[in-house]
Amino acid sequence: MSNTAVTAPASPPAVDLVNVQVNGVWHKFPKGTRMIEACRQVGALVPHYCYHPKLTSPGNCRMCLVEMGMPPRPTPGQEPEKDEFGMPKIGWMPRPVIACANTVAEGQGIRTEGKLSEEVRKGVMELLLINHPLDCPICDQAGECRLQEFSVEHGNGESRFREEKVKKPKNVDIGPRIRLDDERCIMCSRCIRFTAEIADDPVLGFTERGSYTTLAVHPGKRLENNYSLNTVDICPVGALTSNDFRFQMRVWFLKETKSLCTKCGRGCNIEISSRQNEVYRQTPRENNDVNSTWMCDQGRLDFHFVNSDYRLTQPLVKKSNGHHPTTWKLAVNQVSDALRSVKASEIAVIASGRMTNEELYLTHALVKSAGIENYDVVPRTGGGDDYLRADDQNPNSNGVRAIWGAEPGAKLPKIIEGINSGAIKVVLALGENLVKAGLEKAALEKLTFLASSHILANATAELSHVVLPAASYAEKRGSMINVTGRLQRLSKAVNSPGEARDDWEILRDIILAYAGSNGIHSVEDVFKRMAGDVEIFSGLTLARIGELGVQVMETGEKVPLLERERERKAKGIIVG
Amino acid sequence: MATVVVQRPKLKWHEKWFISTLAKGLLITLGHAIAILRGKKKVTMQYPEEKWDAHLPDHYRGAPALVTDEHGRERCVSCQLCEFICPPRAITIIPEEIPSTDPWAKVEKRPRLFNIDMIRCIYCGMCEEVCPEQAIFLRKDYAITGLSRAEMVHDKKRLYEIGGVREGLVNKWNDLK
Repeated sequence: MSNTAVTAPASPPAVDLVNVQVNGVWHKFPKGTRMIEACRQVGALVPHYCYHPKLTSPGNCRMCLVEMGMPPRPTPGQEPEKDEFGMPKIGWMPRPVIACANTVAEGQGIRTEGKLSEEVRKGVMELLLINHPLDCPICDQAGECRLQEFSVEHGNGESRFREEKVKKPKNVDIGPRIRLDDERCIMCSRCIRFTAEIADDPVLGFTERGSYTTLAVHPGKRLENNYSLNTVDICPVGALTSNDFRFQMRVWFLKETKSLCTKCGRGCNIEISSRQNEVYRQTPRENNDVNSTWMCDQGRLDFHFVNSDYRLTQPLVKKSNGHHPTTWKLAVNQVSDALRSVKASEIAVIASGRMTNEELYLTHALVKSAGIENYDVVPRTGGGDDYLRADDQNPNSNGVRAIWGAEPGAKLPKIIEGINSGAIKVVLALGENLVKAGLEKAALEKLTFLASSHILANATAELSHVVLPAASYAEKRGSMINVTGRLQRLSKAVNSPGEARDDWEILRDIILAYAGSNGIHSVEDVFKRMAGDVEIFSGLTLARIGELGVQVMETGEKVPLLERERERKAKGIIVG
Repeated sequence: MATVVVQRPKLKWHEKWFISTLAKGLLITLGHAIAILRGKKKVTMQYPEEKWDAHLPDHYRGAPALVTDEHGRERCVSCQLCEFICPPRAITIIPEEIPSTDPWAKVEKRPRLFNIDMIRCIYCGMCEEVCPEQAIFLRKDYAITGLSRAEMVHDKKRLYEIGGVREGLVNKWNDLK
């Protein structure tokens, strides 16, 4: 972790510290710290299922039971006994307490190791495994299953249960994206709490009692809100599984890359899981200034186009009988020749708000060196909600504002008018399907030259004289500024298919062909140069952005979900 | 360190010049030759007309194959542990969901594609050892040949052909399940 998250300015005034002994060593913790968090901070991990720092703590799984003690109250006139550190001697309680819902107190002792703690864990594990099916070989959670992990660490190794296991519904369709297996459920209630507390869509609940307790959706309801797949992430076992990821790949094969979601302007921090150049899933990554630990289903499932069969894999040139593959050199030269062939006022560059800062910077460098006035990105808005989704559907609109100093979409109507009237003869479209951006096919057919870079084959590529295959967000490095003004980093998870290239490389080559050498060899060079030109990036490098990003702009935009979470944290309802 | 004085045998001159030892060797060879010519002894096997198969030991490790059980169920549930453990990475599996119309729909998962590249396979038997479903076994087939690389990849169909039906295995997916 190179950067720690910047905490909210509303931190509590004076922190009251209390002395707590954890596994025989005295530490100081702020008053009100949960025992489980105190233990975690000093490296004594307490196993748990139901506890989640972003949710309330019902304390129902009993896995986090630890041995606890307090100094005994002295009789009148008696001096309290001291240990060798000068601290009051602890009177250990004969029964364990749960670490997740209790807070630390002055003079308290916690033992996470030792006979009592280990035996209760063993007991809890045995009870949880009584009715748990032995279908790890077909369970998607296997490999990242808490029950598996703790069974190995704290379990018995074999079952003493000789009776028949309780049968419960399996393979239940509870929502469009989620499948429920009730036999695997260990009744931690994390999903119930998530839907009730975070997603405000309380459709899940328990029915029946005792060992027959069953997780179910309320009659006539379905778990179909836009945040439903977060329940799959927080499910400690394989009870809730994602239909999209179901049986696709075992998790131990997946390589995780820390990156960003580019579906909307929020820029949720994610991990892209891939194996052998194929992306299998995306999961949220904790960033308490952007997305907490959640993300929306739309963003999460928006990666299938990366593996699509419609990916462009070769630069193409249009001849009389359709598009033909060509070399990068010829394609780029053709673009630069076309840019030279007409006056700058007859050229338009339509870029995309989905481009990284580096790409936007190079686009800007290209239009400046050619003296092109008609350049803009295609704005996209709508679809924001009261949780995480931003109204701005472009992931990098603030990058456009910061690097170009222009409002996205300001010049676009004029450019469209110019193309329609025939005043603009050459168009360079970077990552945007112009047909969807409000241009008629007939108008685009009239152009003397149309070059476009795309990820997927589309109508604009069909009309283009030169098609340049570009890389998707999962295949490139770069940075973006989200709607709250946070500079964050994309990382490369998989390789681009075929000869497809990073957009910044395409732009660099066009600039090279058009204006000559520019000394840029890597995406770091682009950022370095950009940091010299754009004030808010000064002193930064791609590496210095870190995994959690840095705040570079103040936009005044608030994240509704984070605001509510902070409020709950301030009230002490959640740990946060 | 103690020094051990080795007593070398005292060799005669014809032994030093390999004359008598050579004759002794030739005599042994001649003895075998006569025994074979008289049909009293057999030392070579006429492969492939004759095969060693009947004498293969129980622990012999040949080609890995998938098996079905006496209920006609393909035992592999596509957990991909064999793919994970395989040292030369010979195994490739793509899982799929068993459709709800299938009599074994409760097993939920099966391989859509199961390939073992027999050029890569080193017959180590790790796949058999790791399999939690008793679905993959090393058979005694050793003569795996082909005219192309593609032919040397055993697909799911071929693996079940080699493996056949194996009875008496643990039936984890019984009626109680």
